[in-house]
Amino acid sequence: MANMDLAAEPLPDPSPATLLRRRVLGHHGLTFGLGVLIIIAAAALFAPFLAAHDPYAQSLFARMKPPFWMEGTDPAHILGTDQLGRDYLARLLYGARISLMIGVVTALISGLIGTTLGVVAGYFGGRVDLVVTFLINVRLSMPVVLVALAVVALFGGSLETVILVLGLLLWDRFAVVMRASVMQLRDLEYVNAAKAIGCSTRRIILSEIMPNVVNNLIIVATLEMAHAILLEAALSFLGLGVQPPTPSWGLMISEGKQMMLFEPWLITIPGIALFLLVLAINLVGDGLRDVTATENRG
Amino acid sequence: MEHPAADTILAVEGLTVDIPVSHGTLHAVRGIDFNLRRGETLCIVGESGSGKSLTSLSIMGLLGKRLKVGARKMEFAGTDLRSLSQAALRELRGNRMAMIFQEPMTSLNPAYTIGDQLTEALLLHRKVSRRDARARAVEVLGKVGITAAESRLAQYPHQLSGGLRQRVMIAMALMCKPELIIADEPTTALDVTIQAQILRLLADLKREMNLALILVTHDLGVVARIADRVAVMYAGEIVESGTAEEIFKRPSHPYTRGLMRCIPVPGRTKPGEPLGSIPGIVPSLIDRVEGCAFRSRCEFAEGACAKPIPERTAASGHVYRCVRPVQEERAA
Repeated sequence: MANMDLAAEPLPDPSPATLLRRRVLGHHGLTFGLGVLIIIAAAALFAPFLAAHDPYAQSLFARMKPPFWMEGTDPAHILGTDQLGRDYLARLLYGARISLMIGVVTALISGLIGTTLGVVAGYFGGRVDLVVTFLINVRLSMPVVLVALAVVALFGGSLETVILVLGLLLWDRFAVVMRASVMQLRDLEYVNAAKAIGCSTRRIILSEIMPNVVNNLIIVATLEMAHAILLEAALSFLGLGVQPPTPSWGLMISEGKQMMLFEPWLITIPGIALFLLVLAINLVGDGLRDVTATENRG
Repeated sequence: MEHPAADTILAVEGLTVDIPVSHGTLHAVRGIDFNLRRGETLCIVGESGSGKSLTSLSIMGLLGKRLKVGARKMEFAGTDLRSLSQAALRELRGNRMAMIFQEPMTSLNPAYTIGDQLTEALLLHRKVSRRDARARAVEVLGKVGITAAESRLAQYPHQLSGGLRQRVMIAMALMCKPELIIADEPTTALDVTIQAQILRLLADLKREMNLALILVTHDLGVVARIADRVAVMYAGEIVESGTAEEIFKRPSHPYTRGLMRCIPVPGRTKPGEPLGSIPGIVPSLIDRVEGCAFRSRCEFAEGACAKPIPERTAASGHVYRCVRPVQEERAA
């Protein structure tokens, strides 16, 4: 009869933090994505401590050593070495830094540009909207790879160039999504109600509208982060992005492609890393949207 | 001796709202006048599209730039609203004049708690601490009849029912002790019992705080319950205005009479008997409208109705715009 006593006790209201934790842990996609992302981020952050070798150190005596699960492996190089004898694990860890940095910085730059344009267009409408829509169309008519090609031809490829090119090009989806979601909100009565209590336009945009569109911003930001990481890999693969000897996953795939048929792990290892990172980012974006959606807030 | 106008909180003369459309201009509000004293309730009645909401929004200065608002006079407590800067207007809004919106479901921001939204206006306009603002919020929530006010402050709008949200909206309007509240169909979205509660609440608060209240509605039942004075709008004009008693007892304009025939009266309207209706539709208000806008639907229309209609004062003191007013008294 212990149950009777329990029933008599009123259930305590769970605190918002408890609810949030419960929602995050209950979302398997989000927990998996976060887990993978945290591992990759930690690997990137602590690369100097985790890697036993210098990612740039070449050794002609230890070229093309296979990874641990294959015959003829060298215990000093768990994931083997590339054609210049550089430790593959070290390059992979340092490459995570490049990928994450490209993803985050690009999403920040393009997010800032795109969100500003989109919110302004969506809120004010009219001519402002026409101008922004025109800018979006102009941007969409420029293929990213061609622009990158032109820029690299003019200024030479480097990490900074890639980040800048991607940051200045990938804002279109931010602008489109923000414009549409702000447009939906700007005529709602609580925006009018905010005007009616004397809020300024700046305040209305920043504190009435933004909290309600930030979900969409999160999804777009993660999508664009993944997009930027993949584009960097593609550009580096084409020789338009990060230049050797910098360890970038795209570049590693590019350098390994001649040996693809004989030593497939040269491209599968960075390929799998790239796949996992992009998958994790997308899962996290999706999960964050589900968890923070205002309609589930309790 | 006190000036007679000192008691006037809102004076509007010749208010017009023009909406540019693809072919011409839509004259949505065509020159309306009214005065409102402290502690008085004015009901603006009319069917959809008669310009009621535009009138109230234009007083608050909330219409978009695309709409052209004009007036010969628009004074709030002696200040000319037309001459005020945007910043000065913002200072008035929410502080001395407040608005209650129609849709309790969309009028609260889903991203903030009730407490945040209630205290926002107070923190914006007064130098008060967050703690004092919350204390005031609890006090006002109690005033609008919300129990356990303290715990409501931490809730989000989706956790409240429609009636509660409307009460919260009213509480938001009351936070800064305004002198004028404009309520745009505050009860339309609510069911009948809640409607009655909200109306009683508004009436009590008005009496208690000596508020001036403008109530925009299309529900004559609401009007009968709460109004001191009534303005009947049709096609952007006030066709008849006066004290509530006068308007209900002796409606002079055929449109007002038509409206009243539409309400079923318990005990008198027989089951199965058709209710009154007004044939036809509201005329287009694009470009110039001459004469009485109601004449195409009026059973008494004659030649003089196509000419400009002067304002007339009935023997009982209320004002109407009609050349063929209905004279006989209406059985109440």
